Amino acid sequence: MKRIICILTGACFVLFSGAAMAEDAIKLGVPGAHSGDLASYGLPSAHAARLVVDDINARGGVMGKKVVILQEDDQCKPEVAANVGTKLVSEKVDVVLGHICSGATKAAMNIYKDAGIIAMSPSATNVELTKSGDYPNFFRTISPDDAQALLQVDFALNTLKVEKIAVIHDKGDYGKGIAEFAYGFIEERGAKPVLFEGITPGAVDYSAVVQKIKRSGAEAVIYGGYHPEAAKIVSGMKKKKMDTIFISDDGVRDDTFIKVAGKYAEGVYATGPIDTTKSPMAVAAIEQHKKVYGEEPGAFYLNAYAAALCLLQAIDKAGSTEFDAVTEALRSNWFDTPLGSISFDEKGDAKGIGFAVYQVQNGQYVEVGK
Amino acid sequence: MDYFLELFFGGLTRGSIYALIALGYTMVYGIIELINFAHGEIYMIGAFTALIAASALSLLGLNGPALLILAGLIAVIYSAAYGYTIEKIAYKPLRKAQRLSPLISAIGMSIFLQNYVLLAQTSDFLSFPTLVDEFAFMEPVSHIMRSSELLIVATTLVCTVLLTLFIKFSRTGKAMRATAQDKTMAMLLGININRVISVTFIIGSGLAAIGGVLISNHIGQINFYIGFIAGIKAFTAAVLGGIGSIPGAVLGGLILGWTESFATGYVSSDYEDVFAFGLLVFILIFRPAGILGRSSTDKV
Repeated sequence: MKRIICILTGACFVLFSGAAMAEDAIKLGVPGAHSGDLASYGLPSAHAARLVVDDINARGGVMGKKVVILQEDDQCKPEVAANVGTKLVSEKVDVVLGHICSGATKAAMNIYKDAGIIAMSPSATNVELTKSGDYPNFFRTISPDDAQALLQVDFALNTLKVEKIAVIHDKGDYGKGIAEFAYGFIEERGAKPVLFEGITPGAVDYSAVVQKIKRSGAEAVIYGGYHPEAAKIVSGMKKKKMDTIFISDDGVRDDTFIKVAGKYAEGVYATGPIDTTKSPMAVAAIEQHKKVYGEEPGAFYLNAYAAALCLLQAIDKAGSTEFDAVTEALRSNWFDTPLGSISFDEKGDAKGIGFAVYQVQNGQYVEVGK
Repeated sequence: MDYFLELFFGGLTRGSIYALIALGYTMVYGIIELINFAHGEIYMIGAFTALIAASALSLLGLNGPALLILAGLIAVIYSAAYGYTIEKIAYKPLRKAQRLSPLISAIGMSIFLQNYVLLAQTSDFLSFPTLVDEFAFMEPVSHIMRSSELLIVATTLVCTVLLTLFIKFSRTGKAMRATAQDKTMAMLLGININRVISVTFIIGSGLAAIGGVLISNHIGQINFYIGFIAGIKAFTAAVLGGIGSIPGAVLGGLILGWTESFATGYVSSDYEDVFAFGLLVFILIFRPAGILGRSSTDKV
């Protein structure tokens, strides 16, 4: 009973504060983890939204209207996120920047969908959110979990023209996740995954696995995992005079790998995020954060900055906050953001951001494809 | 057939390393009935010492094999000193305490040494240079067995034979056997128990260091944590073969190495550890003291 009263009181308070705002404003909902142990994931996004909105308001707002932020805390918990979603809908938000965690995002998406509200997450990487097609109102400015695997497989099959691929992983959440996606994509493309194996990290040596790769006749190995094991497998293969191509992930796209594997690292491919933090817009956004908040921005700051820009510019371009118009604007326009120039595909994933393939050449990673 | 041989020699190499480390476990257990959990860290310290020594010596312009032998020698001496000191600091004061106390002391020592190397050196993986080039005479069979693997197997063989001869025929070896049988009686007959125990730790640590140097030369990378898994596996090998028995440790190491290699090769590397520890359980059900172990009733 007490809790219900609490919620009611809280709701009244918010309603009143909402009513006090200018009637004619664009309402940007910013739900996310703003307290609890995952607050460090959500607060940078709230900061980004605040900075972008202040900027846009200073330049006259969107469609001549001011933008106001409705910030809500979902603590990264799905059950809280559903409540937050309902609350934002009842406050008639026009667009939502969030949520932060994939689970929380999923919980709130149906509520926004029924209300015809677009939500754009800077950080929810769960594949289903876009691929399932269940959430036509969902967009994101971060690559989904399977983006690296897709890039690895496409690069191996289309650029390197290999046919037989062995998929190896380190049994960890990260490595095995990528390996399973890669396995699925290889089959989808009609090629043959000749081997799928997990290795034990920290084992004394991997000679048996190397022999197995050799026997499988694989022309390329896709490895999901981190650099110490990758270095052991690569040097094991090279020492056995195998010329199998080795493709790995951003756990390996690290200079430590080259240091440890030494000359054996030469020719290894690894996917890694495209570095945009040096672009002028990103530098400016980071500087802005330092000036206002007095510290370096945290996780997903640039993604959220980009998402806020895309949402508000799309409304401006569409000339309305209508669902279909804004969706169309997001898909047909390219937006200049700190992540580079981006647009959105029909599923809601961003085009123009994500991963590139790098290769070790003369002891350094060099970009060889996107 | 080639595939079988490749797996066979891969397992032999891995098993030899397990055997070298397991010897240290089994010797210490044979004499003072203590499981020296810090033994894996000695292996790691041996590898680090060799890396540092090899980097320093390469400045003098030494070539590969000489570098490996010298660096290996320094690693053995340094690790042996560690083994000796650990015994004096962590185990000797507890010799009359309950059996659990030195065990806890050993685990503490292991954690201490890991973190000491982490702080004194680095948490990163370091590259270990390949010190031995491929031998020319190994060229025709290099797809089955590499030179560094041959080196590991041969060194293990030599070490085991020398150790067996030492224990069978030397004065100290006889004193060790006597101490293992009955400490009080050996003492009454004028054997310096403290000296025997120290020698045991020194030899065991030296062997672990040899293993550390050889495997680092083979694999090409080390970090402060490599001793943990190698130590656990070697301990398993010692128990499998019968802890306290020297041929048992070697046999246990080889069986474990082969099991892992064949399980990976013919089944799946996902189940490598399942097969290794499944075998251990299976053997302990039928021979609780291990394959070559003497059964006794009052051990931990």
